Amino acid sequence: MLAKRIIPCLDVKGGRVVKGTNFLNLRDAGSAVELAQRYSDEGADELVFLDISASEEKRKTLLELVKSVASVLRIPFTVGGGITSVDDIFELLNSGADKISLNTSAVENPQLIYEAAKRFGSQAIVAAVDVKKVDSSYNVFIKGGKEAAHLDGLMWCKHVVELGAGEILLTSMDKDGTKTGYDIPLLSELNKVITIPIIASGGAGELFHFYEAFSAGADACLAASLFHYRELEIINLKKYLHEKGVPVRI
Amino acid sequence: MIALIDYGAGNTASVSNVLKDLNVEFILTNEKKEIDRSEKIILPGVGEASSAMLRLKELELIEYLKNTTKPFLGICLGMQLLCESTEEGNTDCLKLLPITVKKITSKNLKIPHMGWNSIKKINDSKLLIDVDDNQYFYFAHSFFVPQSKFTTSVCNYEFNFSASIQLNNFFGVQFHPEKSSMQGVTIIKNFIEKC
Repeated sequence: MLAKRIIPCLDVKGGRVVKGTNFLNLRDAGSAVELAQRYSDEGADELVFLDISASEEKRKTLLELVKSVASVLRIPFTVGGGITSVDDIFELLNSGADKISLNTSAVENPQLIYEAAKRFGSQAIVAAVDVKKVDSSYNVFIKGGKEAAHLDGLMWCKHVVELGAGEILLTSMDKDGTKTGYDIPLLSELNKVITIPIIASGGAGELFHFYEAFSAGADACLAASLFHYRELEIINLKKYLHEKGVPVRI
Repeated sequence: MIALIDYGAGNTASVSNVLKDLNVEFILTNEKKEIDRSEKIILPGVGEASSAMLRLKELELIEYLKNTTKPFLGICLGMQLLCESTEEGNTDCLKLLPITVKKITSKNLKIPHMGWNSIKKINDSKLLIDVDDNQYFYFAHSFFVPQSKFTTSVCNYEFNFSASIQLNNFFGVQFHPEKSSMQGVTIIKNFIEKC
């Protein structure tokens, strides 16, 4: 049976892992390669690296990081952050990344998803969607949550599936960093309208939150600080889910 | 010496890293004469079937690969290409196995089949030595090779499909052994040492 996945997310800046609350207040959480190795040993199913640096040297640093991570890691990993062209994607995949996540660049140029999926296959393309609740609808935000994209979250998710995305990484900005649980109504809604795997992100604070998200239709759950600061061990999380009847890889 | 075929469709870095870990001599190549000098061949595969076949055609490798007697391991798309044809881009493949690769279609299933799933051995194969039933491997695909007499292990995603196949010297795995933790490394080691 296909296992539900646990995915630690590493926000990286210059090769170091940082984690913010509500997209702000960065704290240092260690070397990206070391953390990656630790998570793999502890039973993480996949990893996501989001490059949040903005320097000129950015692309080179990211490629170096991908190469170092790929040389030690024997589980799949996704790379995202500032990727704007098919050539960027090729370089990252060729350096050892398994999937590329597209966020702002996909909103600004939806054709990028189509072209990338056609060239590298849908399984390599993750559409990262950041949403915030405004009145009764979920609005898409880009540029690290700073700018409204004037798109409806669910409609945009449907559109990226049509364009060829293989997975959706859905982050609730309202929940991110709060540790009050994933946005369950949002996940349930999305699960009704799309047919590709969903990675839930934003809000994990305790064991039950993961169970809740999987029950709402998430195929994978992503968390960052919870794992970085060892507030929750992956192995204990998986044992808990297994006891609750959720298929996991132990 | 192992020839790891670089035809622009593969994540060759990950397979290369595993071969380095295992201290195996290998060459990343798309040239017939280099491949011919090697003892074994690995055809990795991420990407789309019709463009992969087109690339193999441009490289004039199709006839060579079809007729090789060297141990051959196709990974993911590399395994699917061993079949007769595929619904992905409606293209002919290497035609070694009289089987059509099909698209996963089901209203209730998430597609791609993405993540870790367990396999069950149904036929002996040197590739699967020391691999236990119910071990998890990493899959990422939307097309599948139906179960047949060539199937050596199956995976279940509400239906059974080939997780691994073998026809004489041709071996194939649908999952990514290079991304499947230690049990994946065992598969690659088996191919190098036992196949």
